[in-house]
Formats: sequence, C-alpha cells, structure tokens
Amino acid sequence: MPNMSLKKNPMPAQEPDVRNKNFKEVALGYTKEAAVDEANRCLNCKNMPCVSGCPVNINIPAFIKKLAESDFEGAYSVISQSSSLPAVCGRVCPQESQCEGKCIRGIKGEPVAIGRLERFAADYHNANCTETPVKPESNGHKVAVIGAGPSGLTCAGDLAKMGYEVTIFEALHLAGGVLVYGIPEFRLPKAIVQKEIDGLKALGVTINTNVVIGKTISVDELFEDGFEAVFIGSGAGLPRFMGIPGENLKGVYSANEFLTRINLMKAYEKGSDTPVQYAKSVAVVGGGNVAMDAARCAKRLGAENVYIVYRRSEAEMPARNEEIEHAKEEGIIFRTLNNPVEILGDEHKFVKGMKCVEMELGEPDASGRRSPVVKENSEFTLDVDCVIMAIGTSPNPLIRNTTKGLDTNRHGCFIADENGLTSREGVYAGGDAVTGAATVILAMGAGKTAAKAIDEYIKSK
Amino acid sequence: MYKITRKKVLNPTVTLMDIYAPLVAKKAEPGQFIILRVDENGERIPLTIADFDRESGTVTIIYQIVGATTEKLNHKNEGEFIEDFVGPLGTASHTDGLKKVAVVGGGVGCAIAYPVAKKLHNSGCEVHSIIGFRNKELVILEEEFTAVSDKLCLMTDDGSYGTKGLVTNALKELIDSGEKYDEVIAIGPLVMMKFVSKLTKEYGIKTTVSMNPVMVDGTGMCGGCRLTVGGETKFACVDGPDFDGHLVDFDEAIERSSMYRPFEREKHDEACNLFKKEVQ
Repeated sequence: MPNMSLKKNPMPAQEPDVRNKNFKEVALGYTKEAAVDEANRCLNCKNMPCVSGCPVNINIPAFIKKLAESDFEGAYSVISQSSSLPAVCGRVCPQESQCEGKCIRGIKGEPVAIGRLERFAADYHNANCTETPVKPESNGHKVAVIGAGPSGLTCAGDLAKMGYEVTIFEALHLAGGVLVYGIPEFRLPKAIVQKEIDGLKALGVTINTNVVIGKTISVDELFEDGFEAVFIGSGAGLPRFMGIPGENLKGVYSANEFLTRINLMKAYEKGSDTPVQYAKSVAVVGGGNVAMDAARCAKRLGAENVYIVYRRSEAEMPARNEEIEHAKEEGIIFRTLNNPVEILGDEHKFVKGMKCVEMELGEPDASGRRSPVVKENSEFTLDVDCVIMAIGTSPNPLIRNTTKGLDTNRHGCFIADENGLTSREGVYAGGDAVTGAATVILAMGAGKTAAKAIDEYIKSK
Repeated sequence: MYKITRKKVLNPTVTLMDIYAPLVAKKAEPGQFIILRVDENGERIPLTIADFDRESGTVTIIYQIVGATTEKLNHKNEGEFIEDFVGPLGTASHTDGLKKVAVVGGGVGCAIAYPVAKKLHNSGCEVHSIIGFRNKELVILEEEFTAVSDKLCLMTDDGSYGTKGLVTNALKELIDSGEKYDEVIAIGPLVMMKFVSKLTKEYGIKTTVSMNPVMVDGTGMCGGCRLTVGGETKFACVDGPDFDGHLVDFDEAIERSSMYRPFEREKHDEACNLFKKEVQ
C-alpha cells in the first residue's frame, strides 16, 4: 500500500536564524527512513508523467521503487543512466515546474519529493561508494569542450564514457562554471561539484584551466590541433544593467560580480585576498534564483536589511519555490511590484539610497506574464548602501567575435539545431550560450544531446 | 603553475617579471592584459602586458606594489611559481596606419606604454615619447624608450631628473611648436590621462587611453570593470582596455577605482606584517 500522506516528508534544515549567519548547506538531506517513507508515496504510474517533465528523462518511478525497497545504490544506478550530475540536480533543479509539476500526487496534496529523493540517492552513493570510475579504452578520437560548466561537464563525461579523448578548456582558474562561481556553498556545497569533476578526470578527461577560447586559443586552432569536434558550453556572460542613473556608483554590483567574489573567490573567508562590500542595507533587483542567492549571501555577510525588489508580483517570480521560501525564512524582505528608477549617491559617490516606484499588473505580455505598469505618484526611496542587479545576462562575445561561420541570433546566442549542431561543421553548442540564461538541468540536457550527436558525426566521417 | 623566469627591480616600488606562459606569449599583443593569482587564496588581478617573447614563451609584467597581491607577488623570486596566469585578454591597441604619434606614459603606466611605442617604432612610425615620474628614484625604462623613440621627453614632478613639470606641459609645448600627431596614446594614472585628453581635445587630436579598472574574471562576466564612454556603459575587459580619451568619463572612473582602497591598504599591511614575522 502506498503512503497516502498528502504532504511531503519535510526536509531537515538548519534553523533560519542560525543559517543566515553561516555559509554551510541549508538543507541537510533525508535520513534513510524519511527517504523510504517518501518513496512509498509514489504511485508508480504506468504513463510516468513525471518523466516527461524531466529534461534528461530520468526513469523516476524506477529509481523511486528501488528506494522504497531500500536498494539505495540501485536507485543511484537508475538515475546515473540518464543524469551525470544527480547530486547537483537534486539540489538546484526547479522540480516544481518539471518532474514534480507533473506528479499525480500533486493534484490533491503535495507531489512526491522527487528532487529530495534524487539528492538522497546521489548523496548515499557519494558517501558509500569506494569505486572510482575506470577510464574506458580510447577510440583515438579527440574532442574539445569549451567551458567546464554544467553543459560542458556533461558533454565531456558522456563522450569520455564512449572512449573519446576529451579536453575541457576553462577560462577561470577552477572548473565548475556557474556551479562554483554562481550558486552559493549553502545551496550547493563545492565539495560535491569537486567530486563530480574528479570523477570526470578519472574517466580520462583533461581539464585545462586558465585558457580563454577566443583569446588564448581560437576555435580554428583547436581543429588544427587535431580535435575532430568542438562543443561550446561557454555560458551566458555579460551582466545586464537597467540603464537607470546611478548604476556606476560605488556599491552597485552585478549579481555575477557579487556572487563570484563570494563563491569563487571566497571573499567571506578571512584568508581570502578578494574584497567585497559588507553593506548595512542591500537591495537586490530581480526575482530569479540568482537574485535569491545574492540576497541570501548579502544577509550572511551581516547586512541588517536585505530587500528583493521585483517589478511583478511574487506569483511571477522565476525563482524556485524553495529559494523564495528559504529567503523569506532567513529574513529577506520582499518588495514586489516595486521598480527602481534611480540609484542615489553620497558626496563620495557611494550608494546611499534607491528611488523606486510602485507597480500594478496590467495585461499579459508576449511571455504570458502580466506586464507591470507604473502607479502614479508612488515614488519612494529605499534606504540602502548597496544595490545588486540580478536581471539577467547576455552571451559572452569572445567566441562569437573570433570564430568565422558561427551564426548567432539577435541576442548574440549561438544558433544550434535540436542536436546542438551550429552553422559550422563539427562545432556543437549548448547551455546558456545557446538559450540565454536558463537552468543547470537544461544545460546538462543540451550537453548530453550534443555528446550523442558528436559521436554520430565522428563515426560517420 | 607558472614559472617566474626573470625578476628585476626597476625602482623601489616597481618590479619586472618574466612569466613562462607560452600560450599567452604566442598571442599577446601590445595593449592586452593578463589576469594572475599569486597563490591559492589569491585575488585575481589584471596587469597589462609589458612585453612578450614568443620564442622563449615568456610574458613580461611590470607591477607597482600597492596591495596584498602585489606585495605577495613581490616576495616571489626567480625560479618560483605563481598559481594562475591567463590571457591575453582585451583587445590589442590599434596602431595600423599611424605615421606620427606622441606616446605619453606616467609612472608605472610607462610599462604599458613601452610595448605600444616599440610596436609603432618597428612599423616605421615616428614616435615622440613623453614619460613622467614623481622623482628621479622612480624613473623606469628610460633606455628602452630611448631605443624606440625619435624624440624623448623625460619629466619629473620635482625636477630631480629630466625636465621639471608634468607630461601635459611637454605635450603642449611639442604641439605648439608645430608637431602634427596623427594620434596621442596616453597610459598612466587616471588623472594624467584625464588631463592629457582634455589638452588634446582642445587641439582636436585623436587620443587613446588604456583603462585599468577593478576586475574579477577579465572575460566579460562580472561587469566590475564597467565605465562610461560617450554616455554608454562599456566593459574594459572585452570592449577595451583602450578607449577614446575624449569620450571616457574619467571622474566616474576615478571614483570607481577607489571602491576597495581601505580594504587594499588593510590587506597590504596584513601581508607586510606576515612577511615581517616570517623574516623574524
């Protein structure tokens, strides 16, 4: 008999007032008992609606069935057939709009906690598995992967398993992409990312850090060096700003800069040489996961007041539900239906406030979301000394500007077909470099698809 | 890890290093920069490329000791290694077609002005170099500039060497004496570049400046290096570091460059104290 409880097993977590002062992981993970109990809530539907919601088509009912039978390692092997980074995805996927959004149990009550179960299976495996992956026999073909983020790591892993000699070129000094520079430690411990990267190295993948493709080496030179195919997973780079007065004052950050200083450069640790502002009051502009991450980091640096300023209502926020809930619990103040119009500076050009207007929701726009319109005479000033812009990014121009024959769309994203093939033979692309800012799991899915296409391409040559 | 193959003290606060980084050396052009990290906890700092040798695979950097990172770098010796070294970043200086140029360098900025002067000289351009320092003790690269300049004006603020005065005085004199420059290239402290640009604007001479703002990744991701050029926001790391001096909002850039100054000072003192303890 399935467990017919309408609610998910709760996720144990650090207390809000404790965790908003440290950078340790917030969610602590299910116990074995909770995992088995939660797994028993799955009805094992024949038509598996949850799988259709998963960008990499994990056989969700099959892995949950293994968990219900207490076969934890078995659950992990089911997941690992489709996903190369389960410990990561269990933590950062927007499950409510993917697998869990399709779960039949969600019609009446809460859906099965698929994300938490995925995380449990992956963590169990990482804690108990002593085998290191074995390097497969080389098939003699070389593939270059640009960028060690979610799409690049996935593509490299899949190709290495097929016997390809894969080299990843990473611009930063550390592999991981957004998993290390963007997503904070308290949401995704870096040891987990490192473990995945070590796994790739064991498979024979070479990772060359400090190489900027488009600058240090060009895509054409990669082919001259004997690489038969190239996968571009360079991510979305250039941060967007609003174009309002005062954005270049001291104390205004892009979320990328603020998060990179904290996550990649560990500016919050005493031994780090990288500076970051310890502000008293912080306004984070935006409503996505990046905005939540920035706000929660600012709180952890000791800010008394941290505001999320978002021009639509909470219902339209693109952030995961869990991030919004966690942020609220940690004392982040939500100023929804508010929009900044100017950032104010003191005589030394440091931020001293942010002028905002109130908004109301009008007719739905092209994206289907109701577009916000300014309420008359609603101007007010938020008393802040730091502003973080988390309103998205545009693709990095370095590869686009230095590679001939690569078509891009009007946003500067690479144009790739459903297999990831770009306008140039042998060059594939995926992740944010193609879609613009999206999710880890979509990038992984693109890396996976491209790996398969690259294999077929090289075999057909 | 990247090996330091040569270290040479140029003056009490400025040092030159050659770093073995063949991939960077192969592509480097004057005007571009690198990002380095001295050790595992190190900050990423940008330094403009002072010279390069494609055959030996080395890139020359010249730095002034201002914060913890440059202090730590300065404690590294020939044969030792630094953690990270990535580049060449930014776009190269445009020197094509120039027939007569005034290259203006100020202080440690001369280290960046020199490869530009050298490239211009090697391509047959007439080069007038004006290099300025606070005093005699701080003069660097005099010989190098002499070798690549058709005319060299060395200025010091206190008159202890060369001619007393600012680089703008010398530049104005040259222009007033009838020298016709296709372009003025100014590299040095922000204040110097601001006043050179102000002067050349009056004369309508195209002026290029090299900006060196706060930066984290150097590849167009953090946006920390943004500056206003002709009313538009630009990122020095991918759009620059060279910009039209007549369009740069220098006052804003000067303000932005002071963002972490108290932190830098504190970290520098910390690093100094640490090294002192080690010596004891």
